[in-house]
Amino acid sequence: MSAAAPTAGLDEAHGPPLLKVTGLTVKLPVDGTRRAVLRDVSLELRPGEALGLVGESGSGKSMTARAIDRLLPPGAQVDGMITFDGQNVGALSGAQLRAYRLQVAMVFQDPRAHVNPVRRIGDFMTEALRTNRDLPADEARHRAITVLGQVGIEDGDRRLRQYPHELSGGMLQRVMIAAALLTGPRLLLADEPTTALDVITQSEMVAILDDLRRDYGLAMLFITHDLELAAAICDRTAVMYAGQIVEVRSSARLHDDPLHPYTAALAAARPDIAMTVGRLRAIPGRPLSAFEAPTGECAFAPRCAHVQDACRSTPPPLIGLAGGLSRCIRAHELRGRLEAAGA
Amino acid sequence: MLIRFLLRRLVTLAASLLIASFVIFAALYLAPGSPLAALSGGRTLPPASIRVLEARYHLNDSFPVQYWDWLRGALHGDLGVSIVLRENVSALIASRIWTTAGLVLYAAILIVLLGIGLGIVAGLRPGLLDTSTLVLTAVAAAIPAFVAAIMLILAFAVQLRWFPVLGNGTGFLDNVRHFTLPAVALAVSSLAIVARVTRAAVREEQGRDHVQTAISRGIPVRRVILRHVLRNAAIPVTTIAGVTVASLIALAAVVEVAFSLNGLGAYLVASAQDKDLAVVQGISLVLVAAFVVVNLIVDLLYAVLDPRVAAGGRAR
Amino acid sequence: MTTPATDAWPAQRRGRRAAMLRAIGPLGIVSAVVIVVAIIAAVAGGWFAPDNPDLPNLSLSFVGSTAGHLLGYDFEGRDVLSRLLAGAQSSMLGPIAVVCMSMAGGTLLALVAAWRRGITDTVISSCLDILFAFPGILLAVLAAAVFGAGLWAAAIALSVAYTPYVARVLRGAALKERSLPYVAALEVQGASGTAICRSHIVPNVLPLIVAQATTMIGYAMVDLAAISFLGLGVEPPTPNWGVMIFENEVGIPQGYPLPALAAGTCIVLVVVAFNVLGERLFTYAQAVRR
Repeated sequence: MSAAAPTAGLDEAHGPPLLKVTGLTVKLPVDGTRRAVLRDVSLELRPGEALGLVGESGSGKSMTARAIDRLLPPGAQVDGMITFDGQNVGALSGAQLRAYRLQVAMVFQDPRAHVNPVRRIGDFMTEALRTNRDLPADEARHRAITVLGQVGIEDGDRRLRQYPHELSGGMLQRVMIAAALLTGPRLLLADEPTTALDVITQSEMVAILDDLRRDYGLAMLFITHDLELAAAICDRTAVMYAGQIVEVRSSARLHDDPLHPYTAALAAARPDIAMTVGRLRAIPGRPLSAFEAPTGECAFAPRCAHVQDACRSTPPPLIGLAGGLSRCIRAHELRGRLEAAGA
Repeated sequence: MLIRFLLRRLVTLAASLLIASFVIFAALYLAPGSPLAALSGGRTLPPASIRVLEARYHLNDSFPVQYWDWLRGALHGDLGVSIVLRENVSALIASRIWTTAGLVLYAAILIVLLGIGLGIVAGLRPGLLDTSTLVLTAVAAAIPAFVAAIMLILAFAVQLRWFPVLGNGTGFLDNVRHFTLPAVALAVSSLAIVARVTRAAVREEQGRDHVQTAISRGIPVRRVILRHVLRNAAIPVTTIAGVTVASLIALAAVVEVAFSLNGLGAYLVASAQDKDLAVVQGISLVLVAAFVVVNLIVDLLYAVLDPRVAAGGRAR
Repeated sequence: MTTPATDAWPAQRRGRRAAMLRAIGPLGIVSAVVIVVAIIAAVAGGWFAPDNPDLPNLSLSFVGSTAGHLLGYDFEGRDVLSRLLAGAQSSMLGPIAVVCMSMAGGTLLALVAAWRRGITDTVISSCLDILFAFPGILLAVLAAAVFGAGLWAAAIALSVAYTPYVARVLRGAALKERSLPYVAALEVQGASGTAICRSHIVPNVLPLIVAQATTMIGYAMVDLAAISFLGLGVEPPTPNWGVMIFENEVGIPQGYPLPALAAGTCIVLVVVAFNVLGERLFTYAQAVRR
């Protein structure tokens, strides 16, 4: 269904893509029926590149990361292709799958739920190293302490002996990030890693992620609902709505020159601290999940300020423009006017 | 951390026992009529016996003093005298305690091994085994020990004649034979409950986020199940296993009566019917003490398994 | 974050009832039916009985199943089916009384402890901890020794023993409810503790209360039947399922298991029904709270 190659929008070439997702469609069994949560998602990531994945709840951004990491719930129906370094991820199993998992690390949203509360931090961090790489325990600990230092935890030795409930949320998230890096991955999937934290810790965490990514040369898929956060550390940003990618653009240009009405509405809805407004701009209606969205037309049509009759007759494909991709049939004519019009 | 927790629980245990002993002792005074009438079980006694009772139980002293005397005596092993058998209660208890202890132990082993084992297998493998386990345990959990007792007596002792029906037997192996049916009857419903809770706990742990994390890091599934699913499920499983084993202490009475075993429970019931209050008090004290001790052990295990508990707050 | 579309009130209520029926499932409905049948038997069983349940006729002792008497006769020659129907009353009434008393006491204590918190909570929780040390049956035996055998002594003893279990579950739920923001909002507006408890906290933990009560009736039935079996509860010749097992146990080694087995089956059936329904209601209660 895509009319353009997903590589459009890249400013520089980094080499062959590390991660390539083509036409990913995921359906989950809910109450007996199969509901689509992802529709024809395609994206590409080069080695060392950071791609932001932005959307509201239900847009499918977390599901995309889980599909990439093969963490979908049982019974999920997956169509389309995910390749990592040329290998078909969907076809992996057993030892190969575990080897893949060592190269792709995921950082989750709520650190407290994602760390086993009855085991010590040291156990949590070194488990993968000890089991898969057969590293002796003290060497694994040594490495863990080093990486903990890199995320800003100095007394690593003491921390390793503590239990998760003895650490604050921010600390625990740093531990998660450190643990993810221990196995030397090449791709980092960060699923809203800062959403559960306060603003100050958020900026620290984002800075850490950014530094580490550059130091280790990692590719990163950074998932968030915050457009500006994504813009801060990602070269490119993809916007998702109702289980589909609706725009891919370089982050620097996304805010000022959006290519899709939804992106423009998101950007306009965020209050600017320097301005005073009479009323906050919200997008009318509520965000739809993929299975709720109408299939014979543009999913955003019911809430779009620029909707026309043509929008309701066929689902729009992803169109390539200079500088990005947009899933809007009026993308060319609306170009340049979307920022001014806002929501 | 753990030591402090242990000390706290010991203090609570001592307090519980103390108050329990007070309640048990005060029961004498709750009985309609005078304490003397209660002690004698409504029988008329010759004046000499009355004087012995008055002296022994300090019936002419004030209530707190009597309680203190009784408690002191209990701590030294003197629990009074049985009206019916005219013997020391402690001796009567000692001769029967091993029957009850053996029965409870036998049943506890069955519950822990079979109940938890079945629960783990059913929890890890959805499918036919799981569904049939659910159905079986739903029914078994509702079978009271004495109903199980008569069903077992009917099936095994009368029809099939595999196991003896009544009595203790002599010698260790014979004891085991005699105790098998009673232990099974005692264990059946508890086993079912433990299996169900274990299954639910294993299921719930499997769906937890931290298990996802472990899988996402490439750790082999078997290891994940052992070190994360089962290890964490052990917490609620220990609690329910402990609670059910503790409840066996009182439930044993029913099974002992059904199978004519000469244990503390059966003796307790007989004494209650005979109104032999000193014996009732003595056995009650022993049973409550055992109950509290088992609960303490369970609390300890819980604290060892779950490091969040010792850090602060109550075990529950 | 954009706001969710608002639902109409009736639609939400309909949704809840549908969700409850879905959570209970067909098995739950079957259990409910069994329970209703048992309650009808308890209320009017004596009238439905085909034969006199109380008149002994020793010449018919332990006679097996015959045409008009499908379940045969018990050890004193009384029709088993009639006796079962008549016995439903005391077999059901006792547990229901136990549960009512322990739920009332336990809920009250739990609410007071959860609402006041602080010292009151510590004191109440400590008292309940002490009560935990007494298994129900032990307390009932003690009561029987002191007051003599009887249904009421046993029932009161059991409800005292059950109260801490009820209170513990409800205290946890009430505490969670109390810490929700809307309670603080109501307090600021000047509503009194009792009013908030009555109008808000109790209705919100009601599904849990109902689930707990249903499961407990099962436990109470088992315990009361055990006590009657021991001869310390309902006394013969009052018809009662537990007593029937006690009376007719002698028949088993002699080859007449039917009366005791029939009584046992009644107990098991009704207890299973209560357990299954209670378990489903628990799942529903937890789903509602999320």
